[in-house]
Amino acid sequence: MTTAVRFTGVSRHFGAVRAVDGVDIEIAEGEFFAMLGPSGSGKTTCLRLIAGFEQPTAGEIAIFGEPAQGIPPYKRHVNTVFQDYALFPHLSVIDNVAYGLMIAGQPKADRHRAAEEALEMVALPGYGTRKPSELSGGQRQRVALARALVNRPKVLLLDEPLGALDLKLREQMQEELKALQRKLGITFVFVTHDQGEALSMADRVAVFNEGRIVQVGKPQDIYYRPDVPFVADFVGSSNVFPPELTAKLTGQRAHAALRPEAVRLGAEGHPATVRGSSFIGTATRVALDMDGIAMIALLPKGAAVPETGAQVHVSWADEDLHVMGPGA
Amino acid sequence: MSDAVVETGRKGWLTAFSDTLWRKPRLLIFLLLAPPALWLGIIYLGSLFALLAQSFFSIDEFSGVIVYEFTLKTYRELFTPANFDIIIRTVVMAAAVTLASVAISFPIAYYAARYARGKWKAVFYLGVMLPLWSSYLVKVYSWKLILAKEGILNWLFEALHLTWLLDAYLAIPVIGGNSLSVSWTGTFLVFVYVWLPFMVLPIQAALERIPASMLEASGDLGATPAQSFRHVLLPLALPGVIAGSIFTFSLTLGDYIIPQIVGSSRRFIGQAVYAYQGTAGNIPLAAAFAVVPIVIMGVYLWIAKRKGAFDAL
Repeated sequence: MTTAVRFTGVSRHFGAVRAVDGVDIEIAEGEFFAMLGPSGSGKTTCLRLIAGFEQPTAGEIAIFGEPAQGIPPYKRHVNTVFQDYALFPHLSVIDNVAYGLMIAGQPKADRHRAAEEALEMVALPGYGTRKPSELSGGQRQRVALARALVNRPKVLLLDEPLGALDLKLREQMQEELKALQRKLGITFVFVTHDQGEALSMADRVAVFNEGRIVQVGKPQDIYYRPDVPFVADFVGSSNVFPPELTAKLTGQRAHAALRPEAVRLGAEGHPATVRGSSFIGTATRVALDMDGIAMIALLPKGAAVPETGAQVHVSWADEDLHVMGPGA
Repeated sequence: MSDAVVETGRKGWLTAFSDTLWRKPRLLIFLLLAPPALWLGIIYLGSLFALLAQSFFSIDEFSGVIVYEFTLKTYRELFTPANFDIIIRTVVMAAAVTLASVAISFPIAYYAARYARGKWKAVFYLGVMLPLWSSYLVKVYSWKLILAKEGILNWLFEALHLTWLLDAYLAIPVIGGNSLSVSWTGTFLVFVYVWLPFMVLPIQAALERIPASMLEASGDLGATPAQSFRHVLLPLALPGVIAGSIFTFSLTLGDYIIPQIVGSSRRFIGQAVYAYQGTAGNIPLAAAFAVVPIVIMGVYLWIAKRKGAFDAL
């Protein structure tokens, strides 16, 4: 399999700030790759390094095997869907979509035909004559997508493209993006701070924290087998046990993660105090205190919800307790 | 503090007035707009129409008395070779000054909008505005000294052993002259200097509104910086450029002091208006001359609008 994007020890420092600090990535051709992390974790800077808007302070970047150092954005066959869409307000939708082809010198009739096809692909046929200001947020997002895809990029970079959409539209676009990626087979690199989005769309996820990648893997691995407490906490807010407690429970001295939905309340197990509970729609979230360790349990519909202050017992299946690697 | 939901303690006619304004927001808008509307409507537009009316009268050539009868005779007079020369000369100067101002302002404005932050932004504003704080006459006379034969510019050319270059330039007809201070090149330089802030600030404001991602998107789609400038930056900054050019163009069209102090003896529109309404006492012709810049600006804005200069607004 060809490597689409390769980072080797890449750093990008802004003065004293290490936005990206020694990152190694290998993104395969045709892969849907998500970069997940809180704001300021370096994921967007990594995307901008691939696009060419930033130059690495150290390390090497290769796109399809070709070194990208010193290559300006306009010479890279990668295209970006911007967080704010960055549609040109003075151009009509069709001229926005055809912009890359216009720059490439395609005749007007050809590029408008290609742009119209791209608009059909994103379910906006016949919107060409409108101005971006006449479109809704979701429609603008689709135009931005069409504008990037019409150039047949080697890699498509998406910078939190769904961030400005409401929940329902976001879920719909997630499915459409995924279907589109399967159909076109283009490598997608997707930046998001929404773990649900990353897990549901990506083939592989890289979790960023403080300029470094803390874990790369399939969504299931990231979710069920976090390498470090940060991943356990950030991706789906797992309960993290300190090494001392893990040692007492399993004999291994390391951090351990326990999914909230795996926690059971009943007559047997470890004693705990209920700190409070809240109804979150699909389940009820119960905050517990187990010997000074804060824990969260998700109770399915129909389960009895204990009163605040009640003494309960918590238990879980042994295979649900994921013990992280030593040193984590 | 009482337990009542509605406060009853505050009384007096000022409170009552505030309450009335709150209930009738249109009244507030009316009160705010009435004084400036009166000023604009009566004093400003009124005098403009009075001027326009004057231009349709004529002067009796023998007695020098104004004939208060509608005629286009005065406008015909504008097209006599001597007067038409003045108009052409002024328009060409205004266009040259505007183009030069755009060329000088754009990089400054671009730097200020894109890169200057904090202290440097303050330095930019101060640098652009500072010349506006000192008297216009002082600046123009300073330029006369700079450009004079005994001035610092001549001295500099001499020190660099480039006097021959300056002399060769001054030998060029029309734009040259005995020295820079009595040439149109001098007039041009002073115009550009004096009106520059009026071009820099609108362009800077327009560039400030263009998100950085817009240029990145253009580059991302394959456009070289030059192509991005032509297809994205310039169209989006055009309203600012047009706004600035309205200032530089109309100010140059109407000015009568700069060409009088620095320049040749051949007149500009402003000087013609000044001379005709003053010493010559030909108010109708002065009025007709004053109408010329208004018509030119109207045509200019109409063309700009048709060309889509305001589409990005």
